[in-house]
Amino acid sequence: MTTAPDRDTALSRLALTRRLVALLRREEAVVAGIGNTNFDLAAAGDRPQNFYMLGSMGLAASIALGVALAQPARRVVALEGDGSLLMNLGCLATIATVAPPNLALIVWDNGAYQITGGQLAATAAGTDLVAVARGAGIARSAWAHDEATFDRLVAAALREPGPALIAARVDAAPGAARPERDPVLLKDRFMRGLGAR
Amino acid sequence: MGQRDHWAHDIYDVFKAYAIAIVSHVPDAGHSRLIDLCASDAAMRVVPLSTEEEGVALAAGAYLGGQRAVLLMQSSGAGNCINMLSLIKACSFPFLTLVTMRGEFGEFNPWQVPMGQAVPATLAALGVIAQRVDAPGDARDTVDGAAGLAFGSSCAVAVLLSQRLVGAKRFGEG
Repeated sequence: MTTAPDRDTALSRLALTRRLVALLRREEAVVAGIGNTNFDLAAAGDRPQNFYMLGSMGLAASIALGVALAQPARRVVALEGDGSLLMNLGCLATIATVAPPNLALIVWDNGAYQITGGQLAATAAGTDLVAVARGAGIARSAWAHDEATFDRLVAAALREPGPALIAARVDAAPGAARPERDPVLLKDRFMRGLGAR
Repeated sequence: MGQRDHWAHDIYDVFKAYAIAIVSHVPDAGHSRLIDLCASDAAMRVVPLSTEEEGVALAAGAYLGGQRAVLLMQSSGAGNCINMLSLIKACSFPFLTLVTMRGEFGEFNPWQVPMGQAVPATLAALGVIAQRVDAPGDARDTVDGAAGLAFGSSCAVAVLLSQRLVGAKRFGEG
């Protein structure tokens, strides 16, 4: 859907992350942005094809774009929080221009910079990231209003030509786990997981 | 100049020798010939960026996927990249960027001078090794050595293509 869901119907970020991981059946690459986004990914199912960022806020989609161009036969997913994406909105125009068919962006919108104390993000005041993405030229951009819709959108994004963007209003539950924190180890493991090393 | 012996051709040859697959850029007039050469090569993907930080991430992502990328930008973009170079340093990614310099030789635009003059120190602060090309005849060797250092030793390397090499603009040219 193109209409943003109400915040009082926010979904569980961890539950959605678990649903995403359950839909990954072909060693898809997942690049997860900083903070609770990658904490929940680690909890949902650690896998060699997960790359966890510990910094460089806002660059998950741009890293994922590089992976997608380097490995056109593999589906690549960027997981990003709303605050992170707001920091690098230009990447949406870049992705629309490059139009990688194997790239999907998933945006968790809780309207806040949760990890720094819950300060409100522009999304809380009305910035609609699906509308922004569509305006940037990513036509396959949609809100997931419930878990079933999320599953359907993710399955389509992993199967059909992209790029696609899926956004969901999510809760602010604390991240459920912590990933490995050695960046070089994470890089090496991810590359081996992708057969790039 | 329309000749094959323009330094941009030398750099393009080095890109081919190092199997560069992805060339991202925020354009600068000084890079235009090199961008055109890469764009006409079916083995290279040219990616126009909205901002230079994306190019840092794109290079990291390409390497994660087993390909080599180069970022083309002008000196003002080096400042935009600075925090994102943490990604390169923390993860020990190879990184090669070619920077066309402004704010030095014959600069007419005062707004270009602060960042242009700060490029070497700014890059050095994040551990990027800067190597400079002033003469057209040095472009091939310098870029070849920089690519060898970047991809052979997992270093971050910037080749600064001097304003003297690229040619100082006059007012009205941008």
